[in-house]
Amino acid sequence: MSENKNQPLLEVKDLKQHFNINMGMFKTKPLKAVDGVSFTINKGETLGLVGESGCGKTTVGRTILHLYKPTSGEVWYNGKLLKTKEDIHEFRKHATMVFQDPYSSLNPRMTVADIIGEPLDVHKLYSSQAERRERILELMSHVGLNSEHASRYAHEFSGGQRQRIGIARALAVNPDFIVCDEPVSALDVSIQAQVINMFDELQDKLGLTYLFIAHDLLVVRHISDRIAVMYLGKMVELADAAEIYDHPLHPYSKSLLSAVPVPDPKIARANQRIMLQGDIPSPLNAPSGCPFRTRCPYATEQCAAEMPEFKEVSAGHFVACHRVGEVN
Amino acid sequence: MSLLEVKDLRTSFFTDAGEVRAVNGVSFNLDHGKVLGIVGESGSGKSVTAYSIMQILASTGKIVGGSIKLDGQELVGAGEQVMKTVRGNKVSIIFQDPMTSLNPVYTIGHQLMEAITLHTNRNKQQAKERAIEMLRLVNINEPEKRMKQYPFEFSGGMRQRIMIAMALACEPDILIADEPTTALDVTIQAQILELMKSLQDELGMAIIMITHDLGVVAQMCDEVIVMYAGSICEQGTADEIFYNPRHEYTKGLMRSIPSTATAGKKLQPITGTPIDLLNMPKGCPFAPRCDAAMKICLRERCERMVINEEHQAACWMNVKLGVEDGSIVLDEKGGDAE
Repeated sequence: MSENKNQPLLEVKDLKQHFNINMGMFKTKPLKAVDGVSFTINKGETLGLVGESGCGKTTVGRTILHLYKPTSGEVWYNGKLLKTKEDIHEFRKHATMVFQDPYSSLNPRMTVADIIGEPLDVHKLYSSQAERRERILELMSHVGLNSEHASRYAHEFSGGQRQRIGIARALAVNPDFIVCDEPVSALDVSIQAQVINMFDELQDKLGLTYLFIAHDLLVVRHISDRIAVMYLGKMVELADAAEIYDHPLHPYSKSLLSAVPVPDPKIARANQRIMLQGDIPSPLNAPSGCPFRTRCPYATEQCAAEMPEFKEVSAGHFVACHRVGEVN
Repeated sequence: MSLLEVKDLRTSFFTDAGEVRAVNGVSFNLDHGKVLGIVGESGSGKSVTAYSIMQILASTGKIVGGSIKLDGQELVGAGEQVMKTVRGNKVSIIFQDPMTSLNPVYTIGHQLMEAITLHTNRNKQQAKERAIEMLRLVNINEPEKRMKQYPFEFSGGMRQRIMIAMALACEPDILIADEPTTALDVTIQAQILELMKSLQDELGMAIIMITHDLGVVAQMCDEVIVMYAGSICEQGTADEIFYNPRHEYTKGLMRSIPSTATAGKKLQPITGTPIDLLNMPKGCPFAPRCDAAMKICLRERCERMVINEEHQAACWMNVKLGVEDGSIVLDEKGGDAE
């Protein structure tokens, strides 16, 4: 935890990512995967991003890194707006990504050394082959891999070790900011804990800032300083990790948190779950107004008419709900 | 007599690389109306145990020993004719992935009615009525209309509801649920678990719940089996397993789960990587990863010991802690801590 913790490293302003979906007969329809999301991430902090499948959390991560070109909105990094190709190329030396699936995100025809070395090649970060090799071995030791693993192929490793390779690759350019997209959800519980600890240690050692995307709320609670909740492309709540767990304000955050199975039989038996009716609507036919209103027990006509503003209700606690004052 | 009695079950897969002992001496009983949870990580043999009960193993897999008795009837070696009367009628299974468990080219109604006509004497009209009744039971709106729709027209949670409807259509005594909510979102998971629980109250079947999620176990199960590398480490009531774990692997699992209490602290993971089933160690399979391993753990596998009437565990630590079953004297074996 560095002293400049309240300095924003990354600012996202009204980010939108609409995909055009082919509806046949030359017609297309916009799928609003991310629809006007704004937040900041401070230096050295971990922002957890949670939500159910299809809520757009992965798209937020990818759009920030400009793996997709944003439909509109701005991404500011270190006080500088990302505009040109050169900006983005430079940005990617500072911001990288760890992917969810350790099986498909590593090229099966490359050795571990080449996988980790590829970002070094792309950004020309070495002057000699010896330096390249030294850097690769250093990265491997950061993530707890032996030097003898360097000449092996990805299929020779277990899921947890593959994820370590993916993390070493993300660290290769010496980044300040890493988007972690469900980095532990494909792993077994005992291995998951090893990898989570590694993220923690690397953050302390290298001063990293994380955007930690996950659907497992216990994992997110453990690792995050602040947590943002998304629903159908919109951010509905953002607050300190402890605050959002103890006092969730948005009806969706409340039911999401109450649905988490707690690994403690007595608490689980006593737990009053807030059951949501029905499923998440398709983002192609998102409801008007507040996206959650079709499943919300408190929805009124106003909720159907207009999208509530994402506003700060107490220090650092943002909620987008018309009835936030009445239902809490 | 219990509804299901599994004794020393051994199932192996014969691969090019050698025999993989996926299930290696598993014994348990299941009574009417109980929910038994089987927890373990990938490769622990929890699914293979279930598939062995149903005898739906892949072609390389074979039950090589032990016995499975359902209502007193021996199923191991009973033959395909007998198994056909067991599957669907007495024991049903639902799988992890509701997307691929349904046939995409038939309507939901067709698939439900097929299961019903195959297993009961109902004619087509009666089967249709039963199918609609089942859909209503699992809270699918407008079941008459839904009967004519195809799987792609349903969401993941609804497909899993249909799988449950299909599995329960012939009123089985046992429902095996193999990671039924792993592919679902957490709010949908809560709906499905709630549904399973209320159906169990209503219909009184026993459930075998296979999962890797200890939270699901805590919420659903009366009894719990913890598996590692094809064997049972520990077995007991949910309260005993969660509040009084007596196997180092179970303790390690509990410690490695993140929670509100661990925020800002280090988790305590289990070190090392899961075991290679082709190269099983001589002693306790967990010993290579166990922080508390003693000499004896590496040399000899621990038999199951009775901790109390609701709890059994196969861990030498219990001997050290003074739970003796009489036959084991620690000093003679030289099993002091290292």
